[in-house]
Amino acid sequence: MKVAISPAEAAALIPDGATLLIGGFMAVGSPHRLIDALVAAERKDLTIIANDTAMPGRGIGKLITARAVRRVVASHIGLNPETQAQMIAGELEVELVPQGTLIERIRAGGVGLGGVLTATGLGTPVADGKRQIEVDGKTYLLETPLRGDFALVGCHQADYVGNLEYSLTAHNFNPIIALAADVVIAEPRSIVPVGVIPPDAVKTPGILVDHLLERAPS
Amino acid sequence: MNDKERIARRVALEVERDTLVNLGIGLPSLVANYLPDDVHVFFQAENGVIGLGARPPEGMEDPDLTDAGGGFVTAVPGAASIDSAMSFGLIRGGHLDMTVLGGLQVDSHGHLANWMVPGKMVPGMGGAMDLVAGARKVVVAMVHTAKGAPKIVPDCTLPLTALRRVDLIVTEMAVIEPTEDGLVLREVAEGLSVDDVRAATGAELLVPVAPGQMRLA
Repeated sequence: MKVAISPAEAAALIPDGATLLIGGFMAVGSPHRLIDALVAAERKDLTIIANDTAMPGRGIGKLITARAVRRVVASHIGLNPETQAQMIAGELEVELVPQGTLIERIRAGGVGLGGVLTATGLGTPVADGKRQIEVDGKTYLLETPLRGDFALVGCHQADYVGNLEYSLTAHNFNPIIALAADVVIAEPRSIVPVGVIPPDAVKTPGILVDHLLERAPS
Repeated sequence: MNDKERIARRVALEVERDTLVNLGIGLPSLVANYLPDDVHVFFQAENGVIGLGARPPEGMEDPDLTDAGGGFVTAVPGAASIDSAMSFGLIRGGHLDMTVLGGLQVDSHGHLANWMVPGKMVPGMGGAMDLVAGARKVVVAMVHTAKGAPKIVPDCTLPLTALRRVDLIVTEMAVIEPTEDGLVLREVAEGLSVDDVRAATGAELLVPVAPGQMRLA
């Protein structure tokens, strides 16, 4: 049985300078109320590991606009001109990682693997400074694990023990980041009694979830 | 017929029935409009759906159902929603039959550059590097020149997307197949000559057999 916490209480758990894994793809499936609470709490110097920085005024884009972020690790920043402007001005450090490599690096961090071997990025700037390893005659890049201090997970619903269910393309990074952080905070749209989510529909077992965000005001 | 429609209609002929296909955003996404009725495929959107469908009716959009460009979509009967690890596992693992991507440059080695222009445009590679490295067949759909300058060049001057040789280049002027020996001109658009295509191409084009007229779906 989890105790639901408010967005402000959740934000208070997260210090300036923390490394956050945040779910969502162009803001679809992002934990929107947690993001709003971090902006309201005027967090600074965050490192954000996420697929993208969405667009200004939406999802992770709000944290960029609020200048809450010092470093971004993402696969795509093209639809957020503010990310690009802050990067060019030298105010924001951006590490671009191929999307499939990014999710596997996070998965590796979450499941106790020492890294990932992938052909993605060979012959490109992504390979600069990385070890190449040959296995059975094929060359791969060694990509190292990623973890966060906190994972902020958006989901469709949660039950009282923290089991999470996702919806359609709002899965994206969420089920994977839930494995790869010291503290996992889930933001469900609704919280339902235990048993409402059938075991087969649970994508993130409640044992991974430390905190549930309270339901949205109706 | 405009250039983009011509390209999309030609690429549509490359799509085989009962396959899994990923179309890039922009021009490549037009290919879906020209598939023959008897060619059933599942389209993948790498943000997490197999069985991408058309745009929903006004007012019926589901905020949790979008394509990789963030636009609202539907899902067809038989669709599956998946997380990003599964989605890219399918791409890298050889389970994706074909991808169609736009290009900034393709060179005589069949190398594609399509993700950044240093100092000008740094949007990030998104899924492009995984798609080119992992898809069974990679088709580049792009206009032949940019402001008159060839996009098919001896060696890419822009950072590469992958070392993998792409399988086919389709432009409004021609269909070109990168091979071990170089770029082979396979088809030329109606009304154009081989010399017309050569004049608009920066790399050498091999013509081992007379090219056919560019086919269109």
